[in-house]
Amino acid sequence: MRQYIVKRLLLSIPTILGAITLLWFLMQLAPGDPALMFVPPDFQGEEAEAYLAKVNELYGFNDPLPVQYLRYMRNTLQFDFGTSLRTMRPVSEDLLRRIPNSLRLGVSAFMVSTAMGIALGVLAAIKRGTWVDSALMVFALVGVSMPNFWFAYVLILLFGLYLRILPPSGLGGLKHMILPTIVLGYTSAGYLTRYVRSSMLEVINHDYVRTARAKGVAERNVLIKHVLRNGLLPVVNVLGINVAFILAGSVIIETLFAWPGVGLYLIDGVVGRDFPVVQGAGLLIATSVVLVNLLTDVMLVYVDPRIRYE
Amino acid sequence: MSMEQPVPDPGLQFDSAVDVGLGVAYLADDEFRRMSGSKRAWLEFRRNRFALVGAAFMIFITFMGVFAPIVATHDPYAQSLRKRMKPPSAEHWLGTDEVGRDFYSRLVYGARVSLFVGIVGTAAGVTLGTIVGLISGFFGGWTDTLIMRVIDIMYSFPGIVLAIVMVAALGPSLFNLILVLVFFAIPTLARIVRGNILSLKELDYAEAARAMGAGRLRIMFHHLLPNTLAPIIVYATLAVAGSILVTASLGFLGLGVQPPQAEWGNILSNGRQYLRKAPMLMVYPGALIFLTVMSINLIGDALRDALDPYLQS
Repeated sequence: MRQYIVKRLLLSIPTILGAITLLWFLMQLAPGDPALMFVPPDFQGEEAEAYLAKVNELYGFNDPLPVQYLRYMRNTLQFDFGTSLRTMRPVSEDLLRRIPNSLRLGVSAFMVSTAMGIALGVLAAIKRGTWVDSALMVFALVGVSMPNFWFAYVLILLFGLYLRILPPSGLGGLKHMILPTIVLGYTSAGYLTRYVRSSMLEVINHDYVRTARAKGVAERNVLIKHVLRNGLLPVVNVLGINVAFILAGSVIIETLFAWPGVGLYLIDGVVGRDFPVVQGAGLLIATSVVLVNLLTDVMLVYVDPRIRYE
Repeated sequence: MSMEQPVPDPGLQFDSAVDVGLGVAYLADDEFRRMSGSKRAWLEFRRNRFALVGAAFMIFITFMGVFAPIVATHDPYAQSLRKRMKPPSAEHWLGTDEVGRDFYSRLVYGARVSLFVGIVGTAAGVTLGTIVGLISGFFGGWTDTLIMRVIDIMYSFPGIVLAIVMVAALGPSLFNLILVLVFFAIPTLARIVRGNILSLKELDYAEAARAMGAGRLRIMFHHLLPNTLAPIIVYATLAVAGSILVTASLGFLGLGVQPPQAEWGNILSNGRQYLRKAPMLMVYPGALIFLTVMSINLIGDALRDALDPYLQS
């Protein structure tokens, strides 16, 4: 088992290096000279040329691409993501300041969606074929199909502008977190609900469940001890996917609610053509996904004794 | 269970065998058994009322998009200073926007772009993803390892993030948007097809074909591919829904189809500035995106249930 975990750990290294490479490669594809961003707009003619040359020299834009790539890789691995082209502040410092904000929103959304997804999924499976099941499945489908930004605006319209009980956007107390948490939580809970339901149904029809019922185990105990324990095992894996969902969703939701997290930082970088910012924020998100997947895989080894690894 | 195996998208899980066949209980058992697979699947699909509603809505939206010049009542780009922000009227069915353009006509033209981009992008992505998955699963070895590592890397940028980063590099344009959607569909399809091929190629009929001297290409495309078509169809359908959401999200962020060209995402993004004065400018395009995506998901779900017998192999 330890061997498996070590192997799994080593396998995530090339993925992260690959993500760094992909980001670097994509930024090379970008049209236009990034160095031009540095030149103050009131510099004209030769003055601007001279400034440009200096910038190219300073940032090493003149070096051959492999040299630039290796330097970028070395810096990135030392958590040096360069400086923002617009603010000149180090990207890693900006990210560090924003991570707590993103975590606050992301963790609460994760808890909401996990609690919702598991509870509703289990309920739907138990009430299979009834109107409760149908209603829950429609509820999940709506969550899966709704554009999160639209849902957010409908809620802002309702609670922020008509009822005036919640602030429409911004960073603040608990009240500011309610709307973004609901949007992020609900839109990612849909997948989880559907997954939990089908995972539970798979178990419900197994022979050992029938045996348990036949030998007179109370329905309550059948569900808790036999169905739930086995049905929720695959869910561990899905929790990792849920994190990825929330990370992706938070990019849009943070932008929409003006929530100063990593997602908003990424979008600001894209809109401002600020490549170090895009690379840094993109890499942070990618690395989180890889690490969470690693974590769930390792967790699964401990939770599910049936899995054997060579 | 191998840990190398990817976890499929949870929303796309194939339901357990319990569901199979319930829908055709009214048919005599052997009558059902004698039917061809696609006929059986169609019977199952037709029974699903939700899916039929979804299909009807998609036919309606597709009709609107294809015949936009006929269906629309006005030029979607014609501005009018005197007719800004008008409420719905006999002339302007859904009123006008902040520069006096007919809102209904803009939504109609928006359907055109959203569907076109979603379908073209997904079709190309599904084709490429299928080929990549076929190659990876069939050849195995280092080819497989290499391809799956690359897919892993693409997967580490969840959903919309890969699209955003790509647009950051390539710049927003219709062509780049389609390119982004292609890359959006490839990883999922490649993983699904690879997983299926891995189990299929061990089966007797593949072995038999090999024994009879069939070439690799023939086994891949003639024997293995047709047998993995069911999940491909299901995932391709659901990928269209995903692509439409990505297109709308990028449009909303200002990174997709650029105004003044009408696209639901950018119409919504434009409308949010007038949330107080004219909330419908935001509500309608979003509702269209929502209903379209939900309809496609309903169709996809029904296809999954209908094709389920195939997937139990």
